[in-house]
Amino acid sequence: MYQYDQYDQAMVDARVAEFRDQARRRLDGSLSEDQFKPLRLMNGLYLQLHAYMLRVAIPYGTLNSRQMTALADIADKYDRGYGHFTTRQNIQYNWIKLEDAADILADLAKVEMHAIQTSGNCIRNISSDHFAGAAADEIADPRPVAELLRQWSSFHPEFTYLPRKFKICVIASEADRAAMRLHDIGIQLIEKDGELGGRIFVGGGMGRTPMIAPEIRSFARMDVLVSYIEACLRVYNRYGRRDNKYKARIKILVHELGAEEYTRQVEEEFAHMLDVGVEPPRAELARISAYFAAPPFTDGPKTVDRSDPDFALWVDRNTHRHKHDSYVSAVISLKPVGGIPGDATGEQMRVMARLAKRYSFDEIRIMHTQNVVLPHVKIEDLPALWSELDEAGLAAPNMDTIEDMIACPGLDYCSLANARSIPLAQRISERFDASGKTGELGELKLKISGCINACGHHHAGHIGILGVDRKGVENYQLSLGGSEAEDVSLAKITGPGFTEDGVIEAVDKVTDVYLAKREGDERFLDTYRRIGMEPFKEALYG
Amino acid sequence: MADAFDSEAGSLGASPDEVQFRFRDDEVADHGTVTVDAALDQTNATAVRIEPGDDARLLLPFLDRLALIEINFPSFADGRGYSAARILREAGYAGELRAVGDVGVDQLSHMRRCGFDAFAPDTQLDEADAERAFATWENVYQRAADARATIAEKRHEA
Amino acid sequence: MKILTGNDLKTGAVIWWDGQNWSLYVDCAADVGDAGEEIMAREEALRRVNVPYILEAEATADGVRPAHIKDRIRAIGPTVRADLTLKPQDPEAIDWVI
Repeated sequence: MYQYDQYDQAMVDARVAEFRDQARRRLDGSLSEDQFKPLRLMNGLYLQLHAYMLRVAIPYGTLNSRQMTALADIADKYDRGYGHFTTRQNIQYNWIKLEDAADILADLAKVEMHAIQTSGNCIRNISSDHFAGAAADEIADPRPVAELLRQWSSFHPEFTYLPRKFKICVIASEADRAAMRLHDIGIQLIEKDGELGGRIFVGGGMGRTPMIAPEIRSFARMDVLVSYIEACLRVYNRYGRRDNKYKARIKILVHELGAEEYTRQVEEEFAHMLDVGVEPPRAELARISAYFAAPPFTDGPKTVDRSDPDFALWVDRNTHRHKHDSYVSAVISLKPVGGIPGDATGEQMRVMARLAKRYSFDEIRIMHTQNVVLPHVKIEDLPALWSELDEAGLAAPNMDTIEDMIACPGLDYCSLANARSIPLAQRISERFDASGKTGELGELKLKISGCINACGHHHAGHIGILGVDRKGVENYQLSLGGSEAEDVSLAKITGPGFTEDGVIEAVDKVTDVYLAKREGDERFLDTYRRIGMEPFKEALYG
Repeated sequence: MADAFDSEAGSLGASPDEVQFRFRDDEVADHGTVTVDAALDQTNATAVRIEPGDDARLLLPFLDRLALIEINFPSFADGRGYSAARILREAGYAGELRAVGDVGVDQLSHMRRCGFDAFAPDTQLDEADAERAFATWENVYQRAADARATIAEKRHEA
Repeated sequence: MKILTGNDLKTGAVIWWDGQNWSLYVDCAADVGDAGEEIMAREEALRRVNVPYILEAEATADGVRPAHIKDRIRAIGPTVRADLTLKPQDPEAIDWVI
């Protein structure tokens, strides 16, 4: 993975110094809260429901054991012994003090980490495929491009006060494992006439008005990619709406102009950018790419002893095919039945760090589905790995099942929320585990958001749940048929909302409809797409 | 003050004593600025004030007769002025490019990189804080309107 | 009753105006009547509170109960981590929120 040189290190150090000074000026009153808020947001520091919350960046979801250990240390020293892994591959701490924030950033800088631009109306963490560098179906590792864009976007002087937040995703396979089409800019690396480049999508997003990003350019050569992205951003900075916070994302601009007109404006600005000359030297991508060379894989057995049924189930559900046939990528589930999705204690983080060092060439990934990946695990090491995960409560064999749900922190933690999402997630996972339905249902992506901001990605859930405030009481809307994969689609609401008890019953009912109606090896999503909403509506509302 | 607008005399804009920081050797421009619309009409306007919603490119045909362009930031959170500034410098504008309005210490370094060489904030800024702010970044990752070599360029110097 | 809440500037802790000072405990919250805006403005300017706001609450036998569930969660802590609330030993604390 990428290692800082003295330039990168100096940048994060300068940022820590800058923030330390800004925090000082806030505490002594030279800066008002209105003046300070955008500055602290650009360092990932929110004022949240219980305290300040710090969102630390995990660039394109990649970190090593030293960094994971540092995250554990922060949890223990400055917070309450745990952290939450997010739907943008970052980590959040919920009990931070402003007076500690600069010290935390300094501790992060020591291990080449930061909280730069993890909030605010600027370019956020660039996300990618959690199986990058390991997946058999990628045409290249997308992360060098993500790193190139991370540096380009950090402290970009023109794009620091955008109309709204800006999220970029880079993948390199036809399979979309990172919800690429639901980003402000999505880039799919492809090859054309022997050259590497990007297929560019602009204007996707969830939130209040979910939209799937249209393709803006079918191919932008790698050696002009930064110029093209810069052009996309400049058009947005100049013409994105600033009159209404809820209409300020680029998806609204692309929608209102139409993809064709937006593209025309970008192409014009792109031609201008080529004249101006903003592209980094070609050698820079090559330099970065060298850090992502494959680790020294060695041959070994390609199968495991499946005589232990619990182990076999975990292998079937939680491992993913690797480009080297003696290896797999292994998913560490942070969704224990009845647990809080995405949370890990400092102790668990240390376990994951140790296991990564021992079994995965010291590399860890964070999934946008709030789980953790060890990307390169030798098949022959799987039994030992599983045994250690099991001991640490990290071996729930439920990847991509209904128990592997995404849930935002919700009203228990978030001041934006209308309803709690975590208790719902806990009750659903307990119920389906107890009834044994989890296994019967197979692949089922349930996503829960506690408010319309959709941080739980409910629009992209096979089953989605949205928490709302109905006259001061928590209420839940159910939706069906969303997908964040390459078969991207937005879920549709079933009808009137439910109480907390009611929506749990509702999930049971719709899954029963699926079990009754499915044909062959259809997933829930496939059956829904074949039979439509009516049978589900019938079961729910009679 | 800076907000006074007299369309007859065309004298909105900061006065020279309101310019708190300046990075030019020539005299502080003391021309009454006019709006972009007015500048397009008046062939002799030498100073223009750009508002966030204006298209800076409308001035491109007249850049060589302009000695001063002010870009107004009614709110520091509205970042359109940064694009306007860079666009003007990219087009070769060499006169004074002045940031006016809600300009705070924490905006100075990015404004400088986007091509501003004069700053007339609504509220006087602490000189020591400002000096520190201008010097925040010893190196820079990306190309902007200043002439600074980027980190990537330095990494690959022949 | 109308009460005031906000966060402590330095620590971020949720605090409640008790009539003279800011307290961690909602049960100490004072009825500010119509004086809320004035108190807020003064206290914020003194940096004794950050981002304060006025909210409705009831005086009940169990203490001061904010009208909205969000403020009750702010008062106690996350309903899913009783151990992190202000009343970790109280089995009824979470019920009070709901």
